[in-house]
Amino acid sequence: MNQITIRKFDAIIVGAGGAGLRAAIQLSESGLKTAVISKVFPTRSHTVAAQGGVAASLGNSEEDSWQWHMYDTVKGSDWLGDQDAIEFMCRKANEVVVELEHYGMPFDRLDNGKIYQRPFGGHMSNFGEKPVRRACAAADRTGHAMLHAMYQRNVKANTQFFVEWMALDMIRAADGQVLGVTAMEMETGEVVMFQAKATLFATGGAGRIYYSSTNAFINTGDGLGMAARAGIPLEDMEFWQFHPTGVAGAGVLITEGVRGEGGILRNSTGERFMERYAPNAKDLASRDVVSRAMATEIKEGRGCGPNKDYLLLDLTHLDPKTIMQRLPGIRDISIQFAGSDPIKEPIPVVPTAHYMMGGIPTNYHGQVVVSQDGRHDVVVPGFYAAGECACASVHGANRLGTNSLLDLLVFGKSAGEAMVLDIKAMPAAHRELAQDAFDQTRARLARLESQKNGANVHETGLAMRRVMQDHCGVFRFPDMLSQGVAKILEVEAQVRITEVKDKSQVFNTARLEALELDNLIEVAKATMVSAEARRESRGAQAREDYPGRDDVNWLKHTLWHREGSRLEYKPVQMKPLSVDSIELKTRVY
Amino acid sequence: MATLQFKIYRYDPDKDEKPYMEEVTVERDETDRKLLDVLVKLKYKDDTIAFRRSCREGVCGSDAMNINGKNGLACLADIDDLKQPIVLRPLPGLPVIRDLIVDMTQFFKQYHSIKPYLINNDHPPERERLQSPEDREELNGLYECILCACCSTTCPSFWWNPDKFVGPAGLLAAYRFIADTRDEATNERLDNLDDPYRLFRCHTIMSCVDACPKGLNPTKAIGKIKDLMVRRLI
Repeated sequence: MNQITIRKFDAIIVGAGGAGLRAAIQLSESGLKTAVISKVFPTRSHTVAAQGGVAASLGNSEEDSWQWHMYDTVKGSDWLGDQDAIEFMCRKANEVVVELEHYGMPFDRLDNGKIYQRPFGGHMSNFGEKPVRRACAAADRTGHAMLHAMYQRNVKANTQFFVEWMALDMIRAADGQVLGVTAMEMETGEVVMFQAKATLFATGGAGRIYYSSTNAFINTGDGLGMAARAGIPLEDMEFWQFHPTGVAGAGVLITEGVRGEGGILRNSTGERFMERYAPNAKDLASRDVVSRAMATEIKEGRGCGPNKDYLLLDLTHLDPKTIMQRLPGIRDISIQFAGSDPIKEPIPVVPTAHYMMGGIPTNYHGQVVVSQDGRHDVVVPGFYAAGECACASVHGANRLGTNSLLDLLVFGKSAGEAMVLDIKAMPAAHRELAQDAFDQTRARLARLESQKNGANVHETGLAMRRVMQDHCGVFRFPDMLSQGVAKILEVEAQVRITEVKDKSQVFNTARLEALELDNLIEVAKATMVSAEARRESRGAQAREDYPGRDDVNWLKHTLWHREGSRLEYKPVQMKPLSVDSIELKTRVY
Repeated sequence: MATLQFKIYRYDPDKDEKPYMEEVTVERDETDRKLLDVLVKLKYKDDTIAFRRSCREGVCGSDAMNINGKNGLACLADIDDLKQPIVLRPLPGLPVIRDLIVDMTQFFKQYHSIKPYLINNDHPPERERLQSPEDREELNGLYECILCACCSTTCPSFWWNPDKFVGPAGLLAAYRFIADTRDEATNERLDNLDDPYRLFRCHTIMSCVDACPKGLNPTKAIGKIKDLMVRRLI
């Protein structure tokens, strides 16, 4: 291979979804030389598909406070969230949402001209009393409106984008400092090294480890795969959110905002079954609670349709005007993918893999942290993560709806701020890259190029998705989990020998899919191994053999290391920044 | 299960001297509802066929292509509505990179040329800027654009002058900011478009409206810009 080009920047951001774009605003406006590398044109990132809203206790419709929001988030996390990061996020919410409005985000409005807010699952007033209007919304296209507004702000700030470049591997010095990434330009197949003083991963989720997922094709956990290969552990990967309302069969998301506007879940008898599972919050209980209730209804034979395998999301009692004005996108999706107009008939829905609570461990400044000599907050120099790929950890064992858009705003911004400060404290010159900086990427590409009689990428990916779906779903069973670990390792062996027929250098999407599978399999392994080991039920991890939460033994974060699939644990940060700790108690809605 | 017949535009500059149409068949499963479902399956069989795709629900704008002569999103195109053989070509009027993938540089250049961001030089208030629901309503039908380029690449004026005519997508975005009560740069925006090509190459043939997979109406937005332009003169 010829000499590899090195491009040098102060900062690089991998991923141009919400977190990456928010951080890019911070960096570009500070005047630092910044590159944003993205597999897709920025407005195609999956933030675009977020629907219902972004949480902030603006109190535009009724009294609200960040302390209540914080309480709801801790409770929603089933006490696995770090309370310092949660306080930080909830206190910052109003600021970042107002900033977004100033960038031009077309929020819906109340009669008094303020931002429209709707109720959402798990968001309550007065420490869990009754649902509160906290989700700031632009119809049911909040993510789209937000992503475009942030892209537009970056156009104004002259941010430099490398569009349709895929980051392949992390470049890390022998002393652990992160020095950038290798990346491939899709159009030409050219591979270069992007060197930076600060590198942010904002690569989003990895829902494509599951067979049925609300996630886009691009959600392949690239940042997690790269980090894991470079020796960074992944935190709390057993906690995957199954969204209660994916369109049955298609997987496409139907926002919880539908229930926020008054939509009701019904079983085959027409019963509003959530009244039995969550007498107070009903359809607006936390997502893990609603998804488990739905899975139970289906398991007990009260599902709908010929196979009794879905439930109904009923909006027919709502004023059609509300649907047209507040939920127009949902109506389109329902007509397109379920063949039903929600004004006239209910939408068939089923719990669907949606969001990864775990990720690359960070503190609330977006700095990546690892454990060393008994300390669990040792910063990895030059490395940052924000958004879904990161674990701060604000979502703990279960994320509340609308907290993900808030997460990416708050931590995108704080990571950007930390990068600016850290870069200014660094020497002006870049470090010399080691001779072997490109070796890992070179080896992966050469292996793929020369692979003969290998495994089919599609079949291998499908096998992985099936194993994850069958063995690590809404309810988890001990024997299924241990078999799942063995099976996912079998799939991994196939991933090592994937073969692509397409040998072109021009926009070779087959090769990209093979490289993505390298990342997905790390996420899948981390998930299965972490889930098998955690012997309790908490938030999204619901084990049949350990049905209760076990705070004595398991109030701790999992850290999965790729090498030998080794697990270690670290304590949950129960101490917030300025207020009293939210004490452990039983979680009821 | 039924067999679907396709004719697909193929071109890989790495090995093909020139483009050709390839005839292929795919077995359709009962669960395959959209064109994209089948295209993904086709790629399982032949991994060399290249197309963009991401959200598969019509919000990211990646999988725009020319389907039986009409621009649209593969993820929203119902297979049942498509006459066979289903003829797939890249979006017309833009350079082809490979197969169904076009080079969108010119399209985005035009989008960027209208300053697609809110301009308001007042010191931002502590809280949100206020906007009445009626004023916010003005943005409906404008802000939902997904930049898929179905409209601009179906517009003959854009084909002939992609470097000079902003095109329907860019003009829709321009009006989105003109219509926003929070934006203070209406005059500057109109100046930017006051040119024989940038705005006035639109001859109102409305093919953009027909092509938009989100049901938006760029022609109407362009008409409103032209009105403002005229009103400014008198």
